[in-house]
Amino acid sequence: MTKGTVRGINGNLIQTQVKGVVSLNEVAYVKSGSFSLKTEVIRISGDQAEMQVFENTGGVKVGDAVEFSGELLSVELGPGLLGSICDGLQAPLTVIAEDSGFFLPRGIERDSLSRDKKWEVSPNVEIGDVLEGGDTIATVPEGLFNHRIMVPFNLSGKIKSVKPSGTYTIDEVIAELVDDSGTVHPLRLFFKWPVKRPIMIAEERVRPTEPLVTKVRIIDSFLPIARGGTYCIPGPFGAGKTVLQHITSRNADVDIVVIAACGERAGEVVEVLREFPEIIDPKTGKSLMERTVIVCNTSSMPVAAREASVYTGVTIAEYYRQMGLNVLLLADSTSRWAQAMREMSGRLEEIPGEESFPAYLESVIAAFYERAGVIRLKDGRTGSVTIGGTVSPAGGNFEEPVTQATLKVVGAFHGLSRARAEARRYPSIDPLESWSRYPSFIDQDTRDILHQYTIRGNEVLEMMKVVGEEGTTIEDYLYYLKSEFLDAVFFQQNAYDPVDQSVSKERQRHVLQIITAILQGDMDLQEKEEARKVFNRLRQLFLDYNSSEWKSASFKKQEELVKNLLDEIRREG
Amino acid sequence: MRKIYTKIESINGSVISVLAKGISYREIAEVETRFGKTLAEVIRIKDDKVLLQVFMGGRGVSTGDKVRFLGRGVQVSFSDGLIGRIFDGSGNPRDNGPPLDENMMEVVNPPVNPVKRVIPTNMIQTGIPMIDVFNTLVESQKLPIFSISGEPYNELLARIALQAQVDVIILGGIGIKYDDYLFLREELDEGGALPRSICFIHTASDPIVEGLVVPDMCLAVAERFALQGKRILVLLTDMTNFADKLKEIAITQEQVPSNRGYPGDLYSQLAARYERAVDFEGAGSVTILGVTTMPGDDVTHPVPDNTGYITEGQYYLKNGRIEPFGSLSRLKQMVNKDTRDDHRDIMDGMIQLYANYKSSTEKRSMGFKMSSWDKKLIRYGELFEERLMSLTVNLPLIDALGVGWEILADCFEKEEVGMRSSLIKKYWPKKST
Repeated sequence: MTKGTVRGINGNLIQTQVKGVVSLNEVAYVKSGSFSLKTEVIRISGDQAEMQVFENTGGVKVGDAVEFSGELLSVELGPGLLGSICDGLQAPLTVIAEDSGFFLPRGIERDSLSRDKKWEVSPNVEIGDVLEGGDTIATVPEGLFNHRIMVPFNLSGKIKSVKPSGTYTIDEVIAELVDDSGTVHPLRLFFKWPVKRPIMIAEERVRPTEPLVTKVRIIDSFLPIARGGTYCIPGPFGAGKTVLQHITSRNADVDIVVIAACGERAGEVVEVLREFPEIIDPKTGKSLMERTVIVCNTSSMPVAAREASVYTGVTIAEYYRQMGLNVLLLADSTSRWAQAMREMSGRLEEIPGEESFPAYLESVIAAFYERAGVIRLKDGRTGSVTIGGTVSPAGGNFEEPVTQATLKVVGAFHGLSRARAEARRYPSIDPLESWSRYPSFIDQDTRDILHQYTIRGNEVLEMMKVVGEEGTTIEDYLYYLKSEFLDAVFFQQNAYDPVDQSVSKERQRHVLQIITAILQGDMDLQEKEEARKVFNRLRQLFLDYNSSEWKSASFKKQEELVKNLLDEIRREG
Repeated sequence: MRKIYTKIESINGSVISVLAKGISYREIAEVETRFGKTLAEVIRIKDDKVLLQVFMGGRGVSTGDKVRFLGRGVQVSFSDGLIGRIFDGSGNPRDNGPPLDENMMEVVNPPVNPVKRVIPTNMIQTGIPMIDVFNTLVESQKLPIFSISGEPYNELLARIALQAQVDVIILGGIGIKYDDYLFLREELDEGGALPRSICFIHTASDPIVEGLVVPDMCLAVAERFALQGKRILVLLTDMTNFADKLKEIAITQEQVPSNRGYPGDLYSQLAARYERAVDFEGAGSVTILGVTTMPGDDVTHPVPDNTGYITEGQYYLKNGRIEPFGSLSRLKQMVNKDTRDDHRDIMDGMIQLYANYKSSTEKRSMGFKMSSWDKKLIRYGELFEERLMSLTVNLPLIDALGVGWEILADCFEKEEVGMRSSLIKKYWPKKST
């Protein structure tokens, strides 16, 4: 094992003199007193290596010993990931809480996946089978899914031995594989994989076209996202980025949701942690936690691990994709990750780029989002990783490096607006500025109508600011009222109303038929005052309609009332 | 006996360097200058060269001064004896009480494990409708008060300190004017809140670096009390001073600045403090209210901007009142479902109408004709400002909700307010003839 000694300390950057071979991104441990602090090598020059430390460096001395592990920063992949909560380096937070109480002490290493838990293993290979990386050797029931135990992605060869079905811990060898050079590799229920190496073993990559239903109307019908696609949510603080992510994580129509809370508030993770076990997923009848993995490195936890947390999250997502599952990765917030890079770049005294972000910011962001995608596996099944990242632009200004670099590589942009948030119009996705390149389950014509009325209504509003209401024609005024109506009853959604908070695909389709009829309807309204009153009433009826259970008696009654009102004002022949 | 170093290699701003061996990162040293002793903290080590940040600043330090490393980090005493006392940024008494040096503890703690936090469920009533009704303060919340200089933010802090229903108040002053310190002390004293308060006050005339330690001291003490099951409210004024001191130090250390001269780790530095707000599973809680003065009323300035991303909302103090726009309490949803069933609807509904009022006043100021709807809105807006927004209003939550309905009924017809019919039926005041 390569060893070294500490020569300098600057914040969470440590300089080390190394005796022996060392590689970039290798994990090393600083032995400081009774602590062993985890670090990653980020620059090598001569016999000097510079490392970022994933812990608080207080107390480290010049002369402290350093041990290099020879391994890259990796995560453990195997059964037991679902429902777990870990930090950015995959340290299991629940286990640490049992051992250490309220705080996260330094230098604690725990196995990411439980070594004691027994799993029901059914191997499905035989001696002599020739296998490649990613091929299934056994299945293990894990909650809702049949977890496929795969050959580690970088191995291939012939099966030499295999254990019979039975219960095993993840550490037990269930098969042996001989590669071309004759080396025998023991196969366990888990293996380690470096987080910065994408997992992509597929027959082909498929274009993401299938809509991913989130039950948020403005997203599904107007600004859709696709399974295997990418989208970003930039927004100023207080605009509701995290609430939107939460709603998505609850309702998204995928198999597994990985939440990477990166440099954000701990309170938000706590909400997921405490609420999800209580919420029953209507699709599976099980608690939501069973399909959720939380990777959290909140803002008070060490900065360097923040960067690792998004990679840890995406690696876990990719792993489940290889089993033919649809996975959604929600990264909140990618700006914190970019800032962590900036902090480190500053300490390395690299030449800064725009707003002092490192020059490689764009390529790093692009490479991250590229890990999303739909793949067709060998056996014909498909799996997908969808990535949705929030961005927290400085000053809420989208013209900043992280937002701009992200916009270049995503397929949908849900820009949150401070003005909408302040007017309590939630979700505060700006329907004018945002865009999506993915298809929706709503036909393009209807989407065009919504778009047209939104734009036209806004034009009239802008015009009215100049010429006043009295200078506006009744036709234009109706455009304005209609667009406001569309906004109030469709684009806005009440996240705290038990019915309105999640709206099914069918209901969105149904409601949109009524709404487009209203938008395009010819109305017998001559006076603005009267028109405003009618639309107020219409909105009131529709809000009550929105909060009544799909196809219930009150739903039908409210629909009836809306239709009656429309009949009243319809222009005769 | 610890070794004493008598040669200071360099003095640059408040940073000095010494050649020394076996020194720990973040260790504290004592520097003996001709003006007396001051503390210094190790901020960088390169081989034998140790850089220290002198709390008093570099002025008056000479190359021949003595440096003695203490082998520990910054510490503060912890006991019930703290309650009712006033200290400076180094933890020395500012009142006439005895100095406290028993049970010393480090001010920097490891972060709280997220799985040991609980979802906050208790509201902190303040009697200020703009807080209680519209942006409820919740135990364990961290909220800044965004304010322009000249706004009565210290008055607001004092009022919250007097009325908030918590066990212990910890007041941290960072670079505040001496007059403001006197004002806050008097308010707490006269209002009878001093016996349940602890103050760590660093004034503008004290050594710069000491101010940086104040939030850590307050929060370390708060954390310990919370672990004993107490509910703590930490008031910090003013966190912009804190950020400016970080900037000053970063620049003297020749760090690459990121935005308007502030260091790239401003977010992490602020977060490390604010994130110590916590509701412990099975113990007490720490709630943080911090004043952030906004240079030039600019919310996109790096300090309020970074703060806003960390905290769970903000109170925006403008024209002597808490503005509904720009103010937000992210945690209000946790508690306002259990207060009264109309709380959320009043909260959102009244603000939406108030937003419309604002656009009507805009129209009016541009000389457009006011429709009857505009006139209603203007009447509504004025009533709202007078009866609920003014900081002089002091009402319990339920009464404030009642006032909300009265204002609505006074100005509008039932279907104009955009609320659920069931609530209107229940709460719409019967018109008195």
